[in-house]
Amino acid sequence: MSSTATPRPTLRRELTARPLRCRNCGADRAAAPVSICDQCLGPLDPVYDPARPLPDANAIAARAPSLWRYREWLPFQGEPVHSLDSGFTPLVAAPALARRLGVARAWVKNDTVCHPSLSFKDRVVAAAINAAAAFGLDTIGCASTGNLANAVAAHAARAGLTAWVFIPEELEAGKVLGTSVYGPKLVRVRGTYDDVNRLCAQVADRFGWGIVNVNLRGYYGEGSKTVAYEIAEQLGWRFPNAVVAPMAGGSLLSKLRKGFAEFLDAGLVRGASPRLYGAQASGCAPIVRLVERGGTQIEPEIPRTIARSLAIGNPADGVFAMRAMRDSGGWAAAVSDEDLVDGIRFLAEDVGVFAETAGGVTVAAALELARGGRLRSDDEVVLCITGHGLKTLEAVTGVLSEAPVIAPRLREVAALVERSP
Amino acid sequence: MSITVNLPSVLAAHAGGARTIEANGRTLGEAVADLATRFPALGPRLRDKDGKPYPFVVFYVNDEDVRFRGGFGAPVQDGDEVTVIPAIAGG
Repeated sequence: MSSTATPRPTLRRELTARPLRCRNCGADRAAAPVSICDQCLGPLDPVYDPARPLPDANAIAARAPSLWRYREWLPFQGEPVHSLDSGFTPLVAAPALARRLGVARAWVKNDTVCHPSLSFKDRVVAAAINAAAAFGLDTIGCASTGNLANAVAAHAARAGLTAWVFIPEELEAGKVLGTSVYGPKLVRVRGTYDDVNRLCAQVADRFGWGIVNVNLRGYYGEGSKTVAYEIAEQLGWRFPNAVVAPMAGGSLLSKLRKGFAEFLDAGLVRGASPRLYGAQASGCAPIVRLVERGGTQIEPEIPRTIARSLAIGNPADGVFAMRAMRDSGGWAAAVSDEDLVDGIRFLAEDVGVFAETAGGVTVAAALELARGGRLRSDDEVVLCITGHGLKTLEAVTGVLSEAPVIAPRLREVAALVERSP
Repeated sequence: MSITVNLPSVLAAHAGGARTIEANGRTLGEAVADLATRFPALGPRLRDKDGKPYPFVVFYVNDEDVRFRGGFGAPVQDGDEVTVIPAIAGG
Protein backbone atom coordinates (compact mmCIF):
# COMPACT_ATOMS: atom_id res chain seq x y z
CA MET A 1 0.00 0.00 0.00
CA SER A 2 1.41 3.29 -1.00
CA SER A 3 1.15 6.24 1.25
CA THR A 4 0.78 9.72 -0.08
CA ALA A 5 2.06 12.49 2.11
CA THR A 6 -0.43 15.29 2.38
CA PRO A 7 1.31 18.58 1.64
CA ARG A 8 1.43 20.69 4.75
CA PRO A 9 -0.36 23.98 4.34
CA THR A 10 1.93 26.99 4.35
CA LEU A 11 1.75 28.62 7.74
CA ARG A 12 1.31 32.24 6.81
CA ARG A 13 0.17 34.23 9.78
CA GLU A 14 -2.66 36.56 8.89
CA LEU A 15 -1.91 40.25 9.18
CA THR A 16 -3.47 41.97 12.18
CA ALA A 17 -2.91 45.43 13.61
CA ARG A 18 -1.80 46.00 17.19
CA PRO A 19 -4.18 47.54 19.76
CA LEU A 20 -4.01 51.21 20.67
CA ARG A 21 -3.43 53.33 23.77
CA CYS A 22 -3.96 57.07 24.33
CA ARG A 23 -0.69 58.99 24.67
CA ASN A 24 -2.53 61.60 26.76
CA CYS A 25 -4.77 59.73 29.23
CA GLY A 26 -3.56 56.13 28.85
CA ALA A 27 -6.98 54.70 27.89
CA ASP A 28 -6.77 51.43 25.94
CA ARG A 29 -8.76 50.54 22.87
CA ALA A 30 -8.91 47.67 20.42
CA ALA A 31 -7.13 47.90 17.07
CA ALA A 32 -9.23 50.05 14.74
CA PRO A 33 -8.89 52.72 12.04
CA VAL A 34 -9.12 55.51 14.61
CA SER A 35 -6.43 57.84 15.87
CA ILE A 36 -8.30 59.89 18.47
CA CYS A 37 -9.07 58.82 22.03
CA ASP A 38 -12.83 58.82 22.61
CA GLN A 39 -12.23 59.78 26.25
CA CYS A 40 -9.98 62.83 25.88
CA LEU A 41 -9.35 63.30 22.12
CA GLY A 42 -5.63 62.67 22.63
CA PRO A 43 -3.59 60.77 20.01
CA LEU A 44 -3.61 56.95 20.00
CA ASP A 45 -0.40 54.91 19.64
CA PRO A 46 -0.01 51.19 18.93
CA VAL A 47 0.84 49.02 21.92
CA TYR A 48 3.54 46.35 21.65
CA ASP A 49 3.75 43.19 23.73
CA PRO A 50 6.93 43.66 25.79
CA ALA A 51 7.31 39.86 25.92
CA ARG A 52 7.31 39.41 22.13
CA PRO A 53 10.39 37.62 20.78
CA LEU A 54 12.89 40.08 19.26
CA PRO A 55 15.59 39.30 16.70
CA ASP A 56 19.28 39.95 17.35
CA ALA A 57 21.56 41.95 15.05
CA ASN A 58 22.57 38.91 12.99
CA ALA A 59 18.98 37.86 12.41
CA ILE A 60 18.04 41.37 11.29
CA ALA A 61 21.09 41.64 9.01
CA ALA A 62 20.10 38.38 7.27
CA ARG A 63 16.68 39.70 6.30
CA ALA A 64 15.63 41.38 3.05
CA PRO A 65 16.78 45.03 2.66
CA SER A 66 13.53 46.82 3.43
CA LEU A 67 11.99 48.44 6.48
CA TRP A 68 10.21 45.15 7.23
CA ARG A 69 13.50 43.74 8.52
CA TYR A 70 12.48 45.58 11.73
CA ARG A 71 8.93 44.19 11.68
CA GLU A 72 8.89 43.34 15.39
CA TRP A 73 8.93 47.09 16.04
CA LEU A 74 6.18 47.83 13.51
CA PRO A 75 2.54 47.79 14.63
CA PHE A 76 1.44 44.46 13.22
CA GLN A 77 1.38 40.77 13.87
CA GLY A 78 1.64 38.35 10.97
CA GLU A 79 3.06 38.99 7.53
CA PRO A 80 2.77 42.39 5.79
CA VAL A 81 0.99 42.13 2.44
CA HIS A 82 1.81 45.40 0.68
CA SER A 83 4.83 47.63 0.01
CA LEU A 84 7.44 45.04 0.90
CA ASP A 85 10.26 46.98 -0.84
CA SER A 86 10.11 50.32 0.99
CA GLY A 87 12.91 51.59 3.20
CA PHE A 88 16.52 50.53 3.83
CA THR A 89 17.87 53.48 1.88
CA PRO A 90 21.61 54.21 1.67
CA LEU A 91 23.51 55.96 4.46
CA VAL A 92 25.99 57.96 2.40
CA ALA A 93 29.34 59.07 3.85
CA ALA A 94 29.70 62.81 3.28
CA PRO A 95 33.28 63.94 4.06
CA ALA A 96 33.06 67.18 2.05
CA LEU A 97 29.86 68.13 3.84
CA ALA A 98 31.51 67.27 7.18
CA ARG A 99 34.31 69.72 6.32
CA ARG A 100 31.78 72.38 5.37
CA LEU A 101 30.00 71.83 8.71
CA GLY A 102 33.23 71.63 10.69
CA VAL A 103 32.33 68.29 12.28
CA ALA A 104 34.31 65.06 12.55
CA ARG A 105 32.15 62.98 10.23
CA ALA A 106 28.85 63.36 8.42
CA TRP A 107 26.46 61.03 6.63
CA VAL A 108 23.34 61.61 4.60
CA LYS A 109 20.40 59.28 5.20
CA ASN A 110 19.32 59.29 1.60
CA ASP A 111 15.56 58.89 1.46
CA THR A 112 15.52 60.63 -1.93
CA VAL A 113 15.75 57.05 -3.24
CA CYS A 114 13.11 55.49 -1.00
CA HIS A 115 10.76 53.25 -3.00
CA PRO A 116 8.44 53.59 -4.71
CA SER A 117 7.92 57.37 -4.67
CA LEU A 118 11.32 58.87 -3.73
CA SER A 119 10.62 60.28 -0.29
CA PHE A 120 10.59 59.10 3.33
CA LYS A 121 6.79 59.13 3.13
CA ASP A 122 7.09 55.71 1.53
CA ARG A 123 7.95 54.44 5.01
CA VAL A 124 4.83 55.73 6.71
CA VAL A 125 2.58 54.74 3.84
CA ALA A 126 4.06 51.21 3.86
CA ALA A 127 2.87 50.98 7.47
CA ALA A 128 -0.48 52.66 6.83
CA ILE A 129 -1.42 50.59 3.77
CA ASN A 130 -0.83 47.40 5.74
CA ALA A 131 -3.05 48.79 8.50
CA ALA A 132 -5.69 49.40 5.81
CA ALA A 133 -5.29 45.78 4.70
CA ALA A 134 -5.59 44.53 8.29
CA PHE A 135 -8.85 46.47 8.65
CA GLY A 136 -10.20 45.39 5.26
CA LEU A 137 -10.37 48.95 3.90
CA ASP A 138 -10.47 49.28 0.11
CA THR A 139 -9.91 53.06 -0.01
CA ILE A 140 -7.04 55.05 1.44
CA GLY A 141 -6.32 58.75 1.26
CA CYS A 142 -4.38 61.63 2.74
CA ALA A 143 -4.00 65.32 3.28
CA SER A 144 -0.64 66.18 1.84
CA THR A 145 1.90 68.86 1.05
CA GLY A 146 3.08 66.69 -1.85
CA ASN A 147 5.39 63.86 -0.87
CA LEU A 148 2.67 62.00 0.97
CA ALA A 149 0.35 62.50 -2.01
CA ASN A 150 2.97 60.88 -4.27
CA ALA A 151 3.40 57.99 -1.84
CA VAL A 152 -0.28 57.29 -1.17
CA ALA A 153 -1.08 57.36 -4.90
CA ALA A 154 1.83 55.05 -5.77
CA HIS A 155 1.32 52.51 -2.98
CA ALA A 156 -2.46 52.41 -3.57
CA ALA A 157 -1.99 51.92 -7.32
CA ARG A 158 0.14 48.81 -6.96
CA ALA A 159 -2.02 47.41 -4.15
CA GLY A 160 -5.17 47.88 -6.27
CA LEU A 161 -6.79 50.23 -3.76
CA THR A 162 -8.71 53.42 -4.46
CA ALA A 163 -6.89 56.56 -3.32
CA TRP A 164 -8.44 59.93 -2.46
CA VAL A 165 -5.65 62.47 -2.25
CA PHE A 166 -6.21 66.04 -1.02
CA ILE A 167 -3.55 68.71 -1.58
CA PRO A 168 -3.36 72.52 -1.35
CA GLU A 169 -4.18 74.16 -4.68
CA GLU A 170 -0.71 75.75 -4.93
CA LEU A 171 1.88 72.95 -5.06
CA GLU A 172 4.94 72.34 -7.21
CA ALA A 173 4.16 70.83 -10.62
CA GLY A 174 6.34 67.79 -9.85
CA LYS A 175 4.34 67.01 -6.75
CA VAL A 176 1.02 67.32 -8.60
CA LEU A 177 2.04 65.37 -11.71
CA GLY A 178 3.97 62.89 -9.59
CA THR A 179 0.69 62.10 -7.90
CA SER A 180 -1.81 62.18 -10.75
CA VAL A 181 0.29 59.82 -12.88
CA TYR A 182 -0.74 56.93 -10.59
CA GLY A 183 -4.43 57.58 -11.30
CA PRO A 184 -5.76 58.50 -7.85
CA LYS A 185 -8.76 60.69 -7.18
CA LEU A 186 -6.68 63.84 -6.71
CA VAL A 187 -8.39 66.92 -5.27
CA ARG A 188 -6.81 70.40 -5.07
CA VAL A 189 -8.22 72.44 -2.20
CA ARG A 190 -8.24 76.24 -2.10
CA GLY A 191 -6.27 76.99 1.05
CA THR A 192 -3.19 75.97 2.99
CA TYR A 193 -2.17 72.50 4.10
CA ASP A 194 -3.83 73.21 7.44
CA ASP A 195 -7.13 73.81 5.65
CA VAL A 196 -6.67 70.54 3.73
CA ASN A 197 -5.86 68.71 6.94
CA ARG A 198 -8.99 69.98 8.67
CA LEU A 199 -11.07 68.92 5.68
CA CYS A 200 -9.54 65.45 5.75
CA ALA A 201 -10.36 65.05 9.44
CA GLN A 202 -13.99 65.60 8.46
CA VAL A 203 -13.66 63.35 5.39
CA ALA A 204 -12.28 60.47 7.46
CA ASP A 205 -15.10 60.91 9.94
CA ARG A 206 -17.74 60.97 7.22
CA PHE A 207 -16.70 58.37 4.65
CA GLY A 208 -14.94 55.71 6.69
CA TRP A 209 -11.88 55.59 4.41
CA GLY A 210 -8.39 54.96 5.67
CA ILE A 211 -6.96 58.48 5.60
CA VAL A 212 -3.37 57.55 6.35
CA ASN A 213 -2.41 60.65 8.34
CA VAL A 214 -5.78 61.04 10.03
CA ASN A 215 -7.57 57.91 11.20
CA LEU A 216 -4.66 55.52 10.39
CA ARG A 217 -2.18 57.93 11.92
CA GLY A 218 -1.23 55.79 14.91
CA TYR A 219 -0.04 53.01 12.58
CA TYR A 220 1.30 55.33 9.88
CA GLY A 221 3.62 57.24 12.22
CA GLU A 222 5.41 54.10 13.35
CA GLY A 223 6.92 53.74 9.87
CA SER A 224 9.12 56.79 10.60
CA LYS A 225 10.96 54.91 13.35
CA THR A 226 12.67 52.79 10.72
CA VAL A 227 14.91 55.75 9.81
CA ALA A 228 16.44 55.48 13.29
CA TYR A 229 16.84 51.69 13.09
CA GLU A 230 18.55 51.92 9.71
CA ILE A 231 20.95 54.64 10.84
CA ALA A 232 22.00 52.49 13.81
CA GLU A 233 22.41 49.32 11.76
CA GLN A 234 24.21 51.01 8.86
CA LEU A 235 26.71 52.63 11.23
CA GLY A 236 27.56 49.15 12.51
CA TRP A 237 25.03 48.92 15.37
CA ARG A 238 25.94 52.21 16.98
CA PHE A 239 24.55 55.73 17.13
CA PRO A 240 25.88 59.00 15.74
CA ASN A 241 26.20 61.93 18.21
CA ALA A 242 23.65 64.06 16.41
CA VAL A 243 20.86 63.76 13.86
CA VAL A 244 19.41 66.70 11.94
CA ALA A 245 15.97 66.23 10.39
CA PRO A 246 13.35 68.46 8.75
CA MET A 247 10.11 69.21 10.57
CA ALA A 248 6.66 69.64 9.04
CA GLY A 249 4.09 68.08 11.37
CA GLY A 250 6.95 67.19 13.73
CA SER A 251 6.29 63.46 13.78
CA LEU A 252 9.68 62.38 12.37
CA LEU A 253 11.59 63.92 15.30
CA SER A 254 9.53 62.18 17.97
CA LYS A 255 9.67 58.88 16.07
CA LEU A 256 13.46 59.12 15.67
CA ARG A 257 13.68 59.52 19.44
CA LYS A 258 11.38 56.54 19.96
CA GLY A 259 13.25 54.40 17.43
CA PHE A 260 16.66 55.04 19.01
CA ALA A 261 15.23 54.32 22.48
CA GLU A 262 13.73 51.03 21.30
CA PHE A 263 17.07 49.81 19.92
CA LEU A 264 18.74 50.73 23.21
CA ASP A 265 16.04 48.85 25.13
CA ALA A 266 16.47 45.83 22.87
CA GLY A 267 20.21 45.79 23.59
CA LEU A 268 21.02 46.14 19.88
CA VAL A 269 22.98 49.34 20.47
CA ARG A 270 24.75 50.77 23.51
CA GLY A 271 25.61 54.33 24.43
CA ALA A 272 23.90 57.66 24.43
CA SER A 273 20.98 58.39 22.13
CA PRO A 274 21.81 61.01 19.51
CA ARG A 275 21.06 64.66 20.11
CA LEU A 276 18.15 65.50 17.81
CA TYR A 277 17.98 68.74 15.84
CA GLY A 278 14.94 69.94 13.91
CA ALA A 279 15.00 72.13 10.80
CA GLN A 280 12.29 74.41 9.42
CA ALA A 281 12.06 77.28 6.96
CA SER A 282 11.78 80.62 8.74
CA GLY A 283 8.60 81.35 6.73
CA CYS A 284 6.92 78.53 8.65
CA ALA A 285 8.76 77.64 11.85
CA PRO A 286 6.25 77.16 14.66
CA ILE A 287 8.23 74.26 16.17
CA VAL A 288 11.59 76.05 16.04
CA ARG A 289 9.98 79.06 17.71
CA LEU A 290 8.51 76.82 20.43
CA VAL A 291 11.97 75.40 21.13
CA GLU A 292 13.54 78.87 21.20
CA ARG A 293 10.74 80.40 23.28
CA GLY A 294 10.25 77.56 25.74
CA GLY A 295 6.69 76.80 26.81
CA THR A 296 4.37 73.94 26.02
CA GLN A 297 2.07 75.08 23.22
CA ILE A 298 2.49 75.67 19.54
CA GLU A 299 1.47 79.06 18.22
CA PRO A 300 0.15 78.35 14.73
CA GLU A 301 1.46 80.33 11.76
CA ILE A 302 0.35 81.10 8.23
CA PRO A 303 3.11 79.50 6.07
CA ARG A 304 5.13 81.69 3.71
CA THR A 305 7.98 79.65 2.27
CA ILE A 306 9.01 77.83 -0.89
CA ALA A 307 9.63 74.75 1.29
CA ARG A 308 6.05 73.66 0.74
CA SER A 309 6.65 70.14 2.01
CA LEU A 310 7.36 71.69 5.42
CA ALA A 311 4.64 74.34 5.26
CA ILE A 312 2.48 73.17 8.13
CA GLY A 313 1.54 76.11 10.30
CA ASN A 314 -0.36 74.05 12.85
CA PRO A 315 1.84 71.01 13.57
CA ALA A 316 0.02 68.80 16.07
CA ASP A 317 3.15 66.76 16.78
CA GLY A 318 5.10 69.97 17.33
CA VAL A 319 5.05 69.66 21.10
CA PHE A 320 6.24 66.04 20.90
CA ALA A 321 9.00 67.10 18.51
CA MET A 322 10.05 69.87 20.91
CA ARG A 323 10.27 67.34 23.75
CA ALA A 324 12.33 64.94 21.61
CA MET A 325 14.82 67.72 20.88
CA ARG A 326 14.91 69.01 24.45
CA ASP A 327 15.14 65.57 26.12
CA SER A 328 17.92 64.44 23.77
CA GLY A 329 19.99 67.60 24.34
CA GLY A 330 19.36 68.93 20.85
CA TRP A 331 17.96 72.16 19.46
CA ALA A 332 16.27 73.59 16.35
CA ALA A 333 17.03 76.09 13.61
CA ALA A 334 15.06 77.98 10.97
CA VAL A 335 16.56 79.15 7.68
CA SER A 336 15.56 81.57 4.92
CA ASP A 337 14.37 80.46 1.49
CA GLU A 338 17.62 81.82 0.05
CA ASP A 339 19.68 79.71 2.44
CA LEU A 340 17.68 76.58 1.71
CA VAL A 341 18.39 76.92 -2.01
CA ASP A 342 22.10 77.15 -1.13
CA GLY A 343 21.57 74.05 1.03
CA ILE A 344 20.24 72.14 -1.97
CA ARG A 345 23.34 73.14 -3.97
CA PHE A 346 25.80 72.28 -1.19
CA LEU A 347 24.26 68.84 -0.80
CA ALA A 348 24.40 68.19 -4.54
CA GLU A 349 27.96 69.48 -4.89
CA ASP A 350 29.34 67.87 -1.71
CA VAL A 351 27.49 64.57 -1.64
CA GLY A 352 25.99 64.01 -5.09
CA VAL A 353 22.48 63.93 -3.69
CA PHE A 354 19.77 66.10 -5.24
CA ALA A 355 17.19 66.92 -2.59
CA GLU A 356 13.91 68.77 -2.63
CA THR A 357 13.44 71.97 -0.61
CA ALA A 358 13.16 70.14 2.73
CA GLY A 359 16.65 68.71 2.17
CA GLY A 360 17.97 72.20 1.51
CA VAL A 361 16.36 73.33 4.77
CA THR A 362 18.06 70.47 6.63
CA VAL A 363 21.53 71.22 5.24
CA ALA A 364 21.18 74.98 5.80
CA ALA A 365 19.91 74.41 9.35
CA ALA A 366 22.85 72.09 10.07
CA LEU A 367 25.20 74.85 8.93
CA GLU A 368 23.39 77.33 11.16
CA LEU A 369 23.60 74.93 14.13
CA ALA A 370 27.31 74.37 13.47
CA ARG A 371 27.96 78.13 13.27
CA GLY A 372 26.16 78.56 16.58
CA GLY A 373 28.29 75.89 18.25
CA ARG A 374 25.43 73.39 18.62
CA LEU A 375 27.21 70.93 16.32
CA ARG A 376 30.80 70.48 17.47
CA SER A 377 34.10 69.61 15.85
CA ASP A 378 34.17 66.09 17.36
CA ASP A 379 30.56 65.29 16.39
CA GLU A 380 29.44 62.52 14.08
CA VAL A 381 26.31 63.85 12.40
CA VAL A 382 23.61 62.25 10.26
CA LEU A 383 21.40 64.49 8.10
CA CYS A 384 18.01 63.06 7.16
CA ILE A 385 17.35 63.99 3.53
CA THR A 386 13.72 63.13 2.96
CA GLY A 387 12.72 63.80 -0.65
CA HIS A 388 14.09 63.92 -4.20
CA GLY A 389 15.03 67.19 -5.89
CA LEU A 390 13.21 66.39 -9.13
CA LYS A 391 9.97 66.98 -7.20
CA THR A 392 10.73 70.68 -6.61
CA LEU A 393 12.66 71.84 -9.67
CA GLU A 394 11.13 75.31 -9.24
CA ALA A 395 13.43 75.91 -6.24
CA VAL A 396 16.60 75.85 -8.33
CA THR A 397 15.20 77.05 -11.64
CA GLY A 398 16.94 80.27 -12.61
CA VAL A 399 19.43 79.96 -9.75
CA LEU A 400 22.02 77.69 -11.34
CA SER A 401 24.44 78.91 -14.00
CA GLU A 402 23.20 78.37 -17.50
CA ALA A 403 25.00 75.82 -19.67
CA PRO A 404 26.76 77.26 -22.73
CA VAL A 405 25.42 76.28 -26.14
CA ILE A 406 28.04 75.50 -28.80
CA ALA A 407 28.30 74.19 -32.34
CA PRO A 408 29.45 70.53 -32.57
CA ARG A 409 33.09 71.61 -33.13
CA LEU A 410 36.12 70.60 -31.11
CA ARG A 411 37.60 74.10 -31.13
CA GLU A 412 34.53 75.43 -29.32
CA VAL A 413 35.06 72.84 -26.59
CA ALA A 414 38.73 73.78 -26.47
CA ALA A 415 37.75 77.42 -26.01
CA LEU A 416 35.47 76.47 -23.13
CA VAL A 417 38.19 74.39 -21.50
CA GLU A 418 40.57 77.33 -21.89
CA ARG A 419 38.16 79.69 -20.08
CA SER A 420 37.15 77.14 -17.46
CA PRO A 421 38.48 77.92 -13.96
CA MET B 1 -27.63 84.14 19.38
CA SER B 2 -27.81 80.67 17.89
CA ILE B 3 -24.79 79.13 16.25
CA THR B 4 -24.35 75.67 14.76
CA VAL B 5 -21.65 73.39 16.19
CA ASN B 6 -20.33 70.42 14.18
CA LEU B 7 -18.87 67.67 16.37
CA PRO B 8 -16.54 64.83 15.34
CA SER B 9 -18.14 61.43 15.69
CA VAL B 10 -16.07 60.58 18.80
CA LEU B 11 -17.83 63.43 20.60
CA ALA B 12 -21.32 62.95 19.20
CA ALA B 13 -22.02 60.16 21.73
CA HIS B 14 -21.59 62.73 24.49
CA ALA B 15 -24.19 65.01 22.89
CA GLY B 16 -27.05 62.54 22.65
CA GLY B 17 -25.72 61.12 19.37
CA ALA B 18 -26.07 64.36 17.42
CA ARG B 19 -23.23 65.39 15.09
CA THR B 20 -24.67 68.90 14.73
CA ILE B 21 -26.04 70.88 17.66
CA GLU B 22 -27.07 74.46 18.37
CA ALA B 23 -25.38 76.67 20.96
CA ASN B 24 -25.78 80.18 22.31
CA GLY B 25 -23.26 82.82 23.28
CA ARG B 26 -21.58 86.04 22.20
CA THR B 27 -18.14 84.46 22.17
CA LEU B 28 -16.91 80.97 21.36
CA GLY B 29 -16.11 80.49 25.06
CA GLU B 30 -19.71 81.33 25.99
CA ALA B 31 -21.02 78.93 23.36
CA VAL B 32 -18.77 76.16 24.69
CA ALA B 33 -19.94 76.95 28.24
CA ASP B 34 -23.53 76.68 27.04
CA LEU B 35 -22.83 73.23 25.59
CA ALA B 36 -21.02 72.16 28.76
CA THR B 37 -24.13 73.04 30.80
CA ARG B 38 -26.52 71.23 28.51
CA PHE B 39 -24.30 68.19 27.87
CA PRO B 40 -22.30 67.54 31.05
CA ALA B 41 -20.31 64.67 29.48
CA LEU B 42 -19.30 66.83 26.53
CA GLY B 43 -17.96 69.80 28.54
CA PRO B 44 -14.73 68.26 29.87
CA ARG B 45 -13.88 67.05 26.37
CA LEU B 46 -14.11 70.55 24.90
CA ARG B 47 -12.25 72.51 27.61
CA ASP B 48 -10.07 71.86 30.62
CA LYS B 49 -11.07 72.33 34.25
CA ASP B 50 -10.04 75.99 34.09
CA GLY B 51 -12.33 76.54 31.12
CA LYS B 52 -9.41 76.80 28.67
CA PRO B 53 -9.13 75.00 25.31
CA TYR B 54 -6.96 71.88 25.05
CA PRO B 55 -3.95 72.06 22.73
CA PHE B 56 -5.17 68.98 20.83
CA VAL B 57 -8.76 70.14 20.16
CA VAL B 58 -9.07 72.84 17.53
CA PHE B 59 -12.11 75.06 17.01
CA TYR B 60 -12.92 76.71 13.71
CA VAL B 61 -15.46 79.52 13.26
CA ASN B 62 -16.69 79.58 9.67
CA ASP B 63 -13.60 77.57 8.61
CA GLU B 64 -11.11 79.88 10.37
CA ASP B 65 -8.88 78.56 13.16
CA VAL B 66 -9.98 80.52 16.24
CA ARG B 67 -6.42 80.67 17.52
CA PHE B 68 -5.96 83.41 14.93
CA ARG B 69 -9.08 85.19 16.27
CA GLY B 70 -8.52 85.26 20.02
CA GLY B 71 -9.33 81.67 20.97
CA PHE B 72 -12.36 81.25 23.21
CA GLY B 73 -12.66 85.05 23.23
CA ALA B 74 -13.47 85.06 19.49
CA PRO B 75 -16.84 86.71 18.86
CA VAL B 76 -19.60 84.58 17.32
CA GLN B 77 -22.93 85.67 15.93
CA ASP B 78 -26.22 84.28 14.78
CA GLY B 79 -25.75 81.87 11.89
CA ASP B 80 -22.05 81.19 12.51
CA GLU B 81 -20.82 77.64 12.10
CA VAL B 82 -18.34 76.22 14.60
CA THR B 83 -16.43 73.02 13.76
CA VAL B 84 -14.56 71.01 16.39
CA ILE B 85 -11.60 68.99 15.08
CA PRO B 86 -9.21 66.82 17.10
CA ALA B 87 -5.74 68.12 16.16
CA ILE B 88 -3.87 65.93 13.74
CA ALA B 89 -1.08 66.74 11.36
CA GLY B 90 1.55 65.38 9.04
CA GLY B 91 2.33 66.21 5.46
